[in-house]
Amino acid sequence: MGLIYALNGLYFAAFLFLTSLGLNIILGVMGILNLAHGSLYAVGGFMAAYLIGLMAQSSLPVMLLVSVLGAVAVAGLVGFVLETTLIKHMYRRALEYQLLITFGILMLIEDLIKLIFGGESRYASAPFDAMGSLDIMGYTYSVYFLFVMAVAVAAGLFIWWLMVRTRLGIMLRAIEMDREMAQAMGIPMRSLTIAAFMLGSAFAGLAGALVVPTTPAVMGMGMDPLIMAFIVVVIGGLGSLKGAFLGSIIVGLTRSYTIAYFAELEMPLLFLIAVVILVIRPEGLFGQK
Amino acid sequence: MLQIQNVQKSFGQFMVISDVSFSVEKNEVVALLGPNGAGKTTMVNLISGHLRPDAGKILLDDRDITTAPAHVRIALGIARNFQITQLFEELSVLDNVRNCIFSTEGRSGRFFKPANAYDGEKTEAMNILETFNLAQFALEPAAGLSEGDKKILDTAMAFALKAKFLLLDEPTSGVATSDKFKVMDTIISAIQKQGTATLIIEHDMDIVAEYTDRVMVLAEGRILADGASSEVMENKEVKETLFGVSD
Amino acid sequence: MKRYIVNSRAACYAAILIVLLVLPQFITPYHVTLMETGLSLAIMALGVNLLLRYTGVLSFGHGAYFAAGAYAVGLLYMYLPDHFTFENAILAALLVSAAISALFGLVCVRHTRVFFSILTLALCMLLFAVLEKAYHYTGGSDGIRIPIPLFFGHEFEGMRRFQFLCGPYYYIVVGIFAAASLVMLAIVNSPFGKILQATRDNELRAEMIGIRVKRYRLYAFIISGIFSGLSGGVWSFVNGHITPEICNWVFSGEVVYMVLLGGFMIFEGPIVGAVAFTYLRLYAVATTQYWMLIIGATLIFLVLALPGGITGGIQSLFNRLKPKRA
Repeated sequence: MGLIYALNGLYFAAFLFLTSLGLNIILGVMGILNLAHGSLYAVGGFMAAYLIGLMAQSSLPVMLLVSVLGAVAVAGLVGFVLETTLIKHMYRRALEYQLLITFGILMLIEDLIKLIFGGESRYASAPFDAMGSLDIMGYTYSVYFLFVMAVAVAAGLFIWWLMVRTRLGIMLRAIEMDREMAQAMGIPMRSLTIAAFMLGSAFAGLAGALVVPTTPAVMGMGMDPLIMAFIVVVIGGLGSLKGAFLGSIIVGLTRSYTIAYFAELEMPLLFLIAVVILVIRPEGLFGQK
Repeated sequence: MLQIQNVQKSFGQFMVISDVSFSVEKNEVVALLGPNGAGKTTMVNLISGHLRPDAGKILLDDRDITTAPAHVRIALGIARNFQITQLFEELSVLDNVRNCIFSTEGRSGRFFKPANAYDGEKTEAMNILETFNLAQFALEPAAGLSEGDKKILDTAMAFALKAKFLLLDEPTSGVATSDKFKVMDTIISAIQKQGTATLIIEHDMDIVAEYTDRVMVLAEGRILADGASSEVMENKEVKETLFGVSD
Repeated sequence: MKRYIVNSRAACYAAILIVLLVLPQFITPYHVTLMETGLSLAIMALGVNLLLRYTGVLSFGHGAYFAAGAYAVGLLYMYLPDHFTFENAILAALLVSAAISALFGLVCVRHTRVFFSILTLALCMLLFAVLEKAYHYTGGSDGIRIPIPLFFGHEFEGMRRFQFLCGPYYYIVVGIFAAASLVMLAIVNSPFGKILQATRDNELRAEMIGIRVKRYRLYAFIISGIFSGLSGGVWSFVNGHITPEICNWVFSGEVVYMVLLGGFMIFEGPIVGAVAFTYLRLYAVATTQYWMLIIGATLIFLVLALPGGITGGIQSLFNRLKPKRA
C-alpha cells in the first residue's frame, strides 16, 4: 500500500514540477512574480479538454498529441500576447505593480475562459480510460499516471538540456545571473524575455493539459496549483532546477501520505514544512542568497 | 579608544588586509591613505561591522567588538558615512538628519505625537543643517539635492549620531573644490567640540595636510607608515606608493 | 503658512465627518449598509497601506488578519455566547489578529520583497485551509452566523436586524472608522512613522543609524494586522455571516486593489479606494456575469495609466490647474 501512496505522491509531484518550473523560469529570468500563472494552467486545461472532445473518434496517440500540443501552443501564445502587450511595461516598475498587474490578468483570463468555453466543467477522461491500468503488486494502477510522470521527467530533461547545452539556455541563465551584464554583452534581451515568458506559460499549460483527463476542467482550477507552485519555489529555492525537482517531490509525497492518513492536515502540514525550511534556510534548499 | 589588533581579511584567494594594527584615540583625527584597491574601504567595513575579520581583534574602549553585528557597534558609538551616498531619498533633508537623532535618543519607537512636535530634536536637527549649510533645503526631499550636497548630507547624518568614533569615507569627494575646505572646516570644528575620535579616508593631500593630526598609509594590505602628517609625507616609500615618484 | 495648511486639513476632515453623519438622511437604507462595508474595509486598506506606502513592502495575504478578526467574533459567539457583547467581540478581534499577525509576521519579515509577498500569500492560504477543514470548530465552508450583540449592555429592543444596521450601527461604524483613521494618521506622522519610511528608502542606511529594520517591519506588520482584524470584526456584523472565503488570497488582492484604486501615495487614498471599490464591485456584479473581467481590466488600466489612483489623479489635476509661481 505504501508504494501506491508513493506513486500517487510522485504523480502529484509531476504536476507540481511542471507548474513550478514555469513559475521559476519567469521569476528567475524576468524577476516577475506571475500571479496569473495559474490562469495559464487553466487555459491549457480547458484547451486540452476542448480538443479531446473534438477528437473523440480518433485514436489515443492522435488524441493525446493534438490535445497536449494544442494546449501548450495556445498557452505559449497567450503568454506571448501577455508579455508583449502588458508585462513588458512592468520591468522598470516596482514589484508591487507587477504583482497587481498579474493579479488583474488573472481575473481577466478567468472571465475570458468563462466567456469562451462557457462556465461549466468539461470532462475529458477519454485518454485516461483508453490507457487502462497495470497491476502493481496486487494493486491496480492507472497507466495514465505513469504516462504523466514520464512526461514530467522528459520535461525536466528537456529544460536541463536547454539550459546547459543550448545557446538559448546559456543566454537565459546569463540574464538570470546578472541582467545588466547580460545586456552589456549584447544579449538580445527582448526576444529572450519573451521566449522565457512563453516557455514558462507553455509549461503551465502543459500541466493543465495533463490534468484534465483525470479531473474535469473547472472554473478556478488554476488557483490551487498556483499556491502549490509557490510553496515548491519557496522550499526548493528560486531559480533552481534541482530545487524545483526536489521541492516537488517533497511536497507531492507529503501531500499523498497526509491525505492517506490525516486528510485534514494536508495543507497545514505542507505550509508548516515550507515555514520550517524557510526559517532554517531562508533562500530555500537550493536557492542563492 | 579604537584598537585594531592584527586584523586579517581575505576574499577567496585574495588577501586584502594582512596583519593590520593601529589605534585611534579620543580627539584624534587620523587619515587613512593608500592607493586604490589597497583595502581602505574594506577596513572601514571591518570597523563598522559590515564585514568580519578572518583573524585579529577590534576593540572599542577596551571592549571586544570583533564579532559584534553592525547595530551593536552603532549602539556602542560607531558612526560612518558612505562613499556612495546612502540617504533616505523620499524623506525631507530635515527628516534624514532628525531620524538619526531620534535613533540615538531611543525615540524611534514613539508613535503618538507627530514627529514635528518634538521641538528638541527638531532644533537640534536644524542646528546641524545650519552648520553644514543645508538649512535652506530642510523641507525638500533628499533626492532633490545636488550630488555635492547629498555628500554633505550623508556626512551630516553620520555626525548627527553623536558618535564616539566617526568613520568618514572620502567625505569631500564629489563636493565642489571651492566648498571642500568649508565642509572640512565644519566637520573638524564640530568633531573637535565633541572630542570624537575620527578616521578619514581621503585622497586630497591638501585636506590631509590641513586637517589631520596623524596619517596612516595602507598599501597591499599592510600599514606602511603611521605617524604625524609632515613626517609620513616625507617618507620615500610612502611617496613612491602614493604618487609613484622616485627621487 | 503651515498652521493654515494643518487647519484646513482638519477642517476638511471635520466636513467629511459631518457629511458621513448626515448621509443616512439622503440615501436609501441599502446604500447605508454599502457605506458601512466601504468604511469598515477602509480601515483594513489603511493598514495594508501602512505596509505598502510607508514600509515599502507588499502583503498579498492580509485577508488572514481580517479573517482572524471576523472569526474571533464568530468563535466568541459560538463558544462564549453569554459574553457575546460588542465590546468583547471587538476586543477579541483586536487580540486574535494581533497574535496571528505577530506569528505570521515573524516568518515573513525576515525575507526580502518577492519572498515576503509569496509568504504572506502562502500563510494566508494556510489559515484559509485551517478554517475550511476544521469544520467542527469553525463551521467549515458553511461559516458562522453573526447576530446583533449587546452594546455596552444596551440591547436594541424590538429592532429587526436590517433596521439596526441602517440605523444605530452606521454611526458606530463611522465612529470606529474615524477613530482608526486618526490613530493611523498619528502613527504615520510620528517618529516611528518617519523611521519606518527610512527603512523603506534605504535599508542599509537605516541599519547604520542604529535601526533594526526587521524589527520595525514586524511592528508595522502587527499594527496593520490589528487594523485588518478590527476591520474584520466590524464588518462581520454588517455581513451577518462569515465564511473562510474572506481568508482567500483573492480577497487580499482586492484590498490591495482598493489601495491602488484610491491612490497609495496619499494618506487618504486607501479610504477613497475602499469606498470606491465597494461601489465598483456592486455595479460590475449587477451589470454582467463577467464582473471579474471588468475589475481585472480596470486594475490593469490603473497600473498602466494611473498608478497614482484616484487621489493621485486628482492631485496631478490640481497641480496642473494651480497658477504657476512667478
